[in-house]
Amino acid sequence: MTLTAPTAAPPAEAQRSPSRRPVRPLRILLHAFLALVALGWLLPLALAVFASLRPYEETARLGYFSLPEHLTLDYYGQAWSQAELPRYYLNTLIIVIPGVVITLFMASFTAFAIARLRIPGRKALLIVFTAGNLLPPQVLITPLYTLYTLVPLPAWLSDSQSLYDSYLGLILIHVAFQFGFCVFVMANFMRTIPEEINEAALVDGAGVWKRYWRLTLPLCRPVLAALSTLQFTWMYNDFLWALVLMSSGDKLPVTSALNNLRGQFFTDYNLLAAGSMLVALPTLIVFQMLHKQFVAGLTLGSTKG
Amino acid sequence: MAVKTRRYSARDVTVLVIGLGVAVIVNVGFIWGPTLASVGLSATDWGGIGPIEGVGGQNYHDLAAEYPPFWSAIRNNVLWLGFLGLIATPFGLFCAVLLDRRLRLSRFYQSALYMPVVLSLAVVGFIAQLVYSADYGVLNAVTGLTVDWLGDSSINIWVVMIAAAWRHVGYVMIIYLAGLKAVDPALKEAAAIDGANERQAFFRVVFPTLRPVNVIVLVITVIEALRAFDIVYAINKGRNGLELLSVLVTENIVGEASRIGFGSAIAVVLLAISLGFIVTYLSQMFRGEER
Repeated sequence: MTLTAPTAAPPAEAQRSPSRRPVRPLRILLHAFLALVALGWLLPLALAVFASLRPYEETARLGYFSLPEHLTLDYYGQAWSQAELPRYYLNTLIIVIPGVVITLFMASFTAFAIARLRIPGRKALLIVFTAGNLLPPQVLITPLYTLYTLVPLPAWLSDSQSLYDSYLGLILIHVAFQFGFCVFVMANFMRTIPEEINEAALVDGAGVWKRYWRLTLPLCRPVLAALSTLQFTWMYNDFLWALVLMSSGDKLPVTSALNNLRGQFFTDYNLLAAGSMLVALPTLIVFQMLHKQFVAGLTLGSTKG
Repeated sequence: MAVKTRRYSARDVTVLVIGLGVAVIVNVGFIWGPTLASVGLSATDWGGIGPIEGVGGQNYHDLAAEYPPFWSAIRNNVLWLGFLGLIATPFGLFCAVLLDRRLRLSRFYQSALYMPVVLSLAVVGFIAQLVYSADYGVLNAVTGLTVDWLGDSSINIWVVMIAAAWRHVGYVMIIYLAGLKAVDPALKEAAAIDGANERQAFFRVVFPTLRPVNVIVLVITVIEALRAFDIVYAINKGRNGLELLSVLVTENIVGEASRIGFGSAIAVVLLAISLGFIVTYLSQMFRGEER
């Protein structure tokens, strides 16, 4: 625990020469510690990449922790074509894109009504919505599953003719489940927008819809960007809803389809590693490109204005 | 206030009723309705088809007295919560404190730590198998041991929790880092001028101001511990030492035996635990907020 107090320089001295800082041993220790932790954190991912590049026969003989004799991209090809990953990516997009768009649309309007209009019961609404997002999914999954099997859908919407085993069913549960979090974050954000903007619009006689769509939403671009990044990642990573609410293997989203790469009696872990990397890739790319939005999305919910 | 006398036109009211109405219907229909239904169904022995008949508290009695996985699941969920709460979360805070200073390479350290946060827990479960596999896993290769880390039901929960912590630490670190950046630097300076060393300044001055962040992190930790599912399911479908409440609920609907009533009783236990935390959290969050 000595690392928490590595500087402990007398404040008087620090004030005298703030510009000239000698290299202190404690700072080196700090770097060494952080570098060690960072490498330790990257190691499992690096290992998965490494394993995915080697033939099973070789790692079975030598173990995963050994120098490679052959490096090959075969497993990626195999996961891509034999496991039909492109189809599962497409399934994911069919579910996630409408999911994110509908969630943000519904949540932003609700947040607008709660934060900007003095509607009665707004606090109770916000509490109920936020609490709903905090429940573990298993609390409601059994009746939900039953409900899904009972709700009929026309054949053009779902070939299973029920909400169960349909894309629509998965989109709806994602929307319902993530809605509370988005309302909470956006309501907090909208409260920080100066009231005068609404006042000015009121003088012009703008209706509720115009104040929401034309005046408030454009100011919410940063929070919308943050939430869509985060929601994309969360919905993409979903494993449980698809596992329980889908039955046709060919309609599964890609994260759940990964389980199909396991054989019934024998699992080629190198193939599984390649599949895992392919599944992780989109989220890692999103993270690299939009990590500011991602972090903002996570922390907007926690730093309440 | 002029705002309070605002009048809505008929069109405004229509827009509001439709907009909020859809939101409430979706929320009640898909979240709270099924949650309440879990409570109702837990007092029945319904199997999914046929008439629903009440059995009172029978399911709860069976759960506690005749269903050994229930107690292993409770034990594992408590362990999971303890591990995340007492080890992973403080470690995340510790890393955030270290990173909350001008450091070269700070970006790199941060990125490395929160990289796993974007991964699906199912993917984390698969990666864990590469590390812990008994025959080819790295851990055994490096240490020379021949332990079946994931197969031995007395230790597998521990290694799975380490894998889960791999992801949790980064999550907690991001949130604390944001909280620390929001702390007024004048506070720390004042503490330093008063002669406090960094440790004292942190525990006496900075940490108390982080209270709202602490509450959020606590909730995230509890919720993550209660929701844990994907990772054990990806490893061995949550059997043989990796039982969790969430797995038991799911097993009663995706398995061959469809025991809706019994599964719901487990869900209600989970609900009772989580509601305790949710209510505490929300009353903290919304306390004194009268707008």
